[in-house]
Amino acid sequence: MIEDKYGITIGLEIHAQLLTSTKIFCSCDANVFDREPNSSICPVCTGQPGALPVLNEEVVRKAVMAALALNCKINRYSRFDRKNYFYPDLPKGYQITQYFYPIAENGYLNIKIGEGNKKIRIRRLHIEEDAGKMLHSSDNITQATHSLVDLNRCGIPLIEIVTEPDIESPIEARLFMEKLRDILRYIDVCTGDMEKGALRCDANISIYNKETLERSSRVEVKNINSFRFVEKALDFEADRIKKMMEKGERVEQETRGWDFSSRSTVSMRSKEEESDYRYFPEPDLPPLIVSEDYINELKEKLPELPDEKIQRFQSEYNLLEYDATVLSSSKKLADFFEDCVRLYNNPKRLSNIIINDLLSLLNEHNVEIDGTKIRPEAIVKIAKLIDSSKISASNAKSILEETFKTGKDPQDIVKEKRLEQIDDEEFLNKIIEKVIQQNSKAVEDYRKGKKGVVGFLVGMVMRETRGKANPKVVSQMIESKLNES
Amino acid sequence: MEIYKLTVEELLTLFRDGKLKVEEVINVFKERINKIDENVKAFISVLEPDTPEIDAKLSGIPYALKDNILAKGTRTTCASKILENYFSVYDATVTKKLKDSGAILIGKTNLDEFAMGSSTENSAFFTTRNPWDLSRIAGGSSGGSAAAVACREVPFSLGSDTGGSVRLPAAFCGVIGFKPSYGLVSRYGLVAFGSSLDQIGPITHSVRDTALITQLIYGKDPNDSTTVDIELDFLRDIEEGMPGMKFALPKQFLEDTLDDEIANALKKLIKILESNGGKVEEVDIPSLKYVVAVYYIIAPAEASSNLARYDGIKYGLRSKKEDLNSTYISTRGEGFGEEVIRRIMLGTFTLSAAYYDAYFDKAQKVRTIIKNSLNEIFEKYDAIISPTSPVVAPKIGEIKDPLTYYLMDLYTIPANLAGLPAVSIPIDFQNGLPIGIQIMGKRFEDPKVLRIARSVEKALDILDETGHLPVPEF
Ligand SMILES: [Zn+2]
Repeated sequence: MIEDKYGITIGLEIHAQLLTSTKIFCSCDANVFDREPNSSICPVCTGQPGALPVLNEEVVRKAVMAALALNCKINRYSRFDRKNYFYPDLPKGYQITQYFYPIAENGYLNIKIGEGNKKIRIRRLHIEEDAGKMLHSSDNITQATHSLVDLNRCGIPLIEIVTEPDIESPIEARLFMEKLRDILRYIDVCTGDMEKGALRCDANISIYNKETLERSSRVEVKNINSFRFVEKALDFEADRIKKMMEKGERVEQETRGWDFSSRSTVSMRSKEEESDYRYFPEPDLPPLIVSEDYINELKEKLPELPDEKIQRFQSEYNLLEYDATVLSSSKKLADFFEDCVRLYNNPKRLSNIIINDLLSLLNEHNVEIDGTKIRPEAIVKIAKLIDSSKISASNAKSILEETFKTGKDPQDIVKEKRLEQIDDEEFLNKIIEKVIQQNSKAVEDYRKGKKGVVGFLVGMVMRETRGKANPKVVSQMIESKLNES
Repeated sequence: MEIYKLTVEELLTLFRDGKLKVEEVINVFKERINKIDENVKAFISVLEPDTPEIDAKLSGIPYALKDNILAKGTRTTCASKILENYFSVYDATVTKKLKDSGAILIGKTNLDEFAMGSSTENSAFFTTRNPWDLSRIAGGSSGGSAAAVACREVPFSLGSDTGGSVRLPAAFCGVIGFKPSYGLVSRYGLVAFGSSLDQIGPITHSVRDTALITQLIYGKDPNDSTTVDIELDFLRDIEEGMPGMKFALPKQFLEDTLDDEIANALKKLIKILESNGGKVEEVDIPSLKYVVAVYYIIAPAEASSNLARYDGIKYGLRSKKEDLNSTYISTRGEGFGEEVIRRIMLGTFTLSAAYYDAYFDKAQKVRTIIKNSLNEIFEKYDAIISPTSPVVAPKIGEIKDPLTYYLMDLYTIPANLAGLPAVSIPIDFQNGLPIGIQIMGKRFEDPKVLRIARSVEKALDILDETGHLPVPEF
């Protein structure tokens, strides 16, 4: 089979937009998403004559944080270089990047594959500036009568992360990207939003024949702008190359772009068309020297990362790996959980409410935890109400929903809506008798030995009480009633 | 008293004593420009300045800027067609500092296009003439700034110096041109040519004025990461003379037989130094043989990148064609002159991947060797002396081969490659043409360089009866 015969080798080049308040070399606002074109610009980022770059310290800090989180070696000495090429979205005619001496090298990231971990090595991480944006008068550039240039994005700080070719399948590529996104979000370095271009990915892929070890040329796939497409585009490309190899055709070394509309990759340029960027040291910026103290200080500030947190949640709170993983999926959620635990030491109960009820609520409304009125106190109150049998676990979500909408105290909601669990035996007795009367068949079945009908009868009582009855109490009462008669 | 002959210091004294009014002075210099500039052609733009009365160090002193230094709202052409109608959108740091000091900008001066050249013949607009002989070049690339001060159209001006562009025209025009240490004066708002070499410097007709202006324009600038945070006082010790100082005269500077008049000027300098307590010794600095070669790799390489922004997209000339690539080619082909294109091509070549190691990288290494060998000299000597140029001002159009001009930069280039302070000061006149000599010092010992220049100036035998450098007749 063709699948077994060929192996895949993938390396990724990822651009992540750093979350800084100002641009990399000037003091223009760096938050330019959805801004009016050319409204966050100045002489520096538009390449006016005589303007000079000044490095934003926040950029260095965030880049070093990212490098530390990716287990990289930080280079105490790094430098900026100019990458020269002409394009209307590049006002200086060169991009300031780090070509010869990057800020960090030799890192890695573990991704989870099945039950095991796989280490993907990171070759280098460097700092650079983004270019502007072209707006063509037609969707298809070849049909455009003119193009407009928006320079807002010029000088937005980026880090470029280059992996070693350790990735062996399109799925691994997607898992790597997702893991990377989680980490960058954790350390508040990047929003990780691929659709908005805050995280971008180019992939180098080659295929080899496992028997003959014959290897195809390397193809670069660009324009991958969602996590789903990372896998889709590489799947497509791997297939394309395999089929060519199968037919004995020569695979060109080229750059191809993922085309969303045709769900395929299309050739952008061949190797011969690649430009010579004439890299040389940027004379306007001194070398970037970071001290050991600076690196250590940032190491201290580095928050606990997802892998460590999942481990700790399992050992410290006795959670299942799945639950620990869900809670650690974002730092905000994990912090929220721990805030709850600090107030009320029943991690299991809190974890259940958060995972089963809170998360589905957040998903329905498409918000994150800090975008709601729900505070840890509310979750804790609900947990305590359940633990003291005041409400049933099945009512937790509707209470949460009310708190979510109104910000009201769960206790007040319980009172207002009379959701308090009924454990008044006299009251329950009446209802149970009614239910038993109405379901004589079930009673007969019980006597014939079908003990399972108890659950059914409890359910009927719960329905009668609109969920307010304490199911434990009801179950005991029904059983003793059935046994006594 | 002829007001136009006065130094900045003298004008300030008269202002302070109430003997002169600002408008009066501005008018004197404007009349001077009206009368002389059609012959000399130092100015690309003459401005109609406001004359606000502010209480600051240079209040009321008119000056001119080389037209590659930005002043908000003025045209900054770089003497290029590609920026012919470019209006500065911000003030260069030096412009802002002078404005805050009360100095009044009255014009922008001619240069070789983008400061590339030694004659202003490469200006896209016209050639500036030497005020001492209108058939000769004023030198370059700050030819307009030097000529304007030489014929006293302004008491001082600013130029930029990448390989001698302040010092060479100062020498040809008989005035004082100073290139401060790299990193001392902000380059923010100076249109970049060779970023690791460029430095703004004053052109004056008195060494004390040079010190005064440098004091006002130097300093760490948050907008220029290559500026250094260092406190210097340029005037404090300027009159202290040079007893016990040692001067190095590199053998390599004498190897090509100097013109007689230049050799004589050098002898004159040595005599002045020795009779004022200094000691001159010949030294051997073998790496100086490579300065011109190294410079003409590094400067064009940086220039090829610095000039990429003039592409017809955002501002400046656009020669519109049917597609992007043809628009680039035709805009840049029409917008840049021959010398600029030559250097862009040179730089593009030496930076290309196949030649980077053989040219640019090697040149950087040799540059480090030159820097180190010069620094070694300064462990034993206070300054290095030399002529400023191996020749006096040539005739306009006389030199056709660009290489001849390149080789003329032999004495001035080392200061740029090593980031050193260097001043050119007139020492003599031969056949009515000024000859300049150069004093080059250790990096950031700029005050010492000016102190030596001041001692030489006091000993000059070419000063007029009022103690001023001579002024050409118009
Ligand atoms: Zn900006």
